[in-house]
Amino acid sequence: MKKSKVKNKRKKPDIVNQRTGESWVYTKTVRNHFFKPRNLLIQAPDSAKYDSEGVVGSPACGDVMRVWLRVDPETEKIKEFKWRTFGCASAIAATSMLSVMVAEKGGMKLAKAMEIKPQDITARLGGLPNRKIHCSVLGDKALRAAINNWFKKTEQFSRIIPESARIIDPNTKTTDADIEEAVLEGALTLADVQKRTKVGIGYPQCLPETEELIKFYKEKYFGK
Amino acid sequence: MAKKIYYFDYASTTPLDKRVFGAMKPFFMEDFGNPSNLYSLGHRARKAVDAATKKITGILGCKPEEFIFTASATEADNLALLGIARANKNLGNKIIISNVEHRGILAASQVLAKEGYEVAKLPIDKSGLVNPEKLAELLDEKTILVSITYADSETGTIQPIKKIGGLIAEFRRNRNRATPYFHTDAAQAANYLDITVNNLGVDLMTLSAQKIYGPKGVGGLYIRRGTAIQPIIYGGGQQHNIRAGTENVPGIVGFGEAMRIARKDKSKEWARLEKLRDKLENGIIERVDKVLVNGNQAKRLPNFTNLSILDIEGEAMLLYLDARGIIVNTGSACNSQTLEPSYILTAFGRPYEYIHGSLRFTLGRKTTEEDVAYVFKNLPPIVKKLRRMSPLNLKLGENRKMSLPKAFVGGQTPHFLRKKG
Repeated sequence: MKKSKVKNKRKKPDIVNQRTGESWVYTKTVRNHFFKPRNLLIQAPDSAKYDSEGVVGSPACGDVMRVWLRVDPETEKIKEFKWRTFGCASAIAATSMLSVMVAEKGGMKLAKAMEIKPQDITARLGGLPNRKIHCSVLGDKALRAAINNWFKKTEQFSRIIPESARIIDPNTKTTDADIEEAVLEGALTLADVQKRTKVGIGYPQCLPETEELIKFYKEKYFGK
Repeated sequence: MAKKIYYFDYASTTPLDKRVFGAMKPFFMEDFGNPSNLYSLGHRARKAVDAATKKITGILGCKPEEFIFTASATEADNLALLGIARANKNLGNKIIISNVEHRGILAASQVLAKEGYEVAKLPIDKSGLVNPEKLAELLDEKTILVSITYADSETGTIQPIKKIGGLIAEFRRNRNRATPYFHTDAAQAANYLDITVNNLGVDLMTLSAQKIYGPKGVGGLYIRRGTAIQPIIYGGGQQHNIRAGTENVPGIVGFGEAMRIARKDKSKEWARLEKLRDKLENGIIERVDKVLVNGNQAKRLPNFTNLSILDIEGEAMLLYLDARGIIVNTGSACNSQTLEPSYILTAFGRPYEYIHGSLRFTLGRKTTEEDVAYVFKNLPPIVKKLRRMSPLNLKLGENRKMSLPKAFVGGQTPHFLRKKG
């Protein structure tokens, strides 16, 4: 992410937080996709036109993404990707960019699309302010939800990859999703994650696994 | 790109008044002396500081030595809370604040909680006001300080400071005690409201220069004579040993002049801005559906309107408006450091869905009819465009129940809800 940030020389601070003075920098690409979103679903969603649909997020959290897919059953390539997003600039830009990524060059294969990571999207955007990676995380989740729905529809149940939470620490009921969220919020060490989740306090057996998860999510969201 | 800006964020900061700048100018390069020095250069600086102080204290109706200059309203808030609490430890350990205080109060109260003080938070009632009766229930002999904002920084809702001041004075009289002291943050209010300290019955009051067309980097705290307070900054004993450090001479001169001008135009500006604000608010509601007003509409600063525009997100709106030269603010989580939605709008009982779509317009001295007309022309198409992008279609009036604790990562409770548990 850092590398791509350097590439974008024309950075202009967009918003300066009134309380901290920290500027939030959006790259030219982000601005472009935010102001001119691609592949937006304009008309009312027509279920006959699309093969599957995926929704993720909640309005209370400030981000909801809904995507529609048209898939070629022969090649399993995504022929069309339409979306709607409720959220901030980076959420809108990230969904727009994702729609370009999966539908370009004749369409991406489902198996490959399943593996899109948030940092793939942010890299294409030329980077996002660190805290904002939170928002773009939704796009790939919505896409996976839609692909899973397509597998369901085509009765390929074995190919569905559910995104469920798994309990890591039965004492504090901490799940892998809790750890994922802690990492996303910037807790990158075991001590920081423990501060937020209380994982492993009174159940140290789970600590090696917790450390593994932190490492995994750190790489997933922030690169190496 | 020197395009015209349409500034609607006067609650964040105000442009420096030309007359204020003129008054400040000589004290940067010519009369640059340190007011603590006895030679003539220092003496001229001292005289300028004293004159500026008197301009302010004349308006507050207090003695010059009862006013301390700080580097910001935040510092003044910190000094009030930390200074009073630490100096009056022997009298009690409880402080009471409302849940719509400025961060300067909130963060300082958290420091005090860590030091072992009891911090009681008084929630505002449904109308957005602090209920004096509820405050009376919380008051006890342990209470050493009550701090209630004069008008909050998100909705501009005006709190019944005079009533609360009376209530606290009565409590003290009945028990023959010096405490609790009463502090109010009047940073947002100083342009428009009565800030005579004896009328209000406050013992401490925070002011800010940058909110009244003065310079940034200057604030101040009124401290009633006889109030026990401990400094938070130590050094050469300036400002009656309460706030050490060489006085910010040009800043203080500017603060004094800004205060004089603001008070001179007070009632005229109130009438002008209230009319303009109402026009803006009603005009937006007429042109855009699913909009609601946050805060107490009857008891509000004349330059505030905080609106929630449903189904779209505040930061996105803010950036689209900015591209058109319109500058506003939002309480949306996306626009905050912590990624949490505005705690003040939350205190006003708004569900998160509404807060994410909130826009704060604050008007000021340079706002004109033309600016308002420009918003009418540009806001509706932006809302239309963002609503077309949005998968949501919330309904007005479905308050509260809609906030399902379901988050974006792995179906979890949102982080800003969970922390409180």
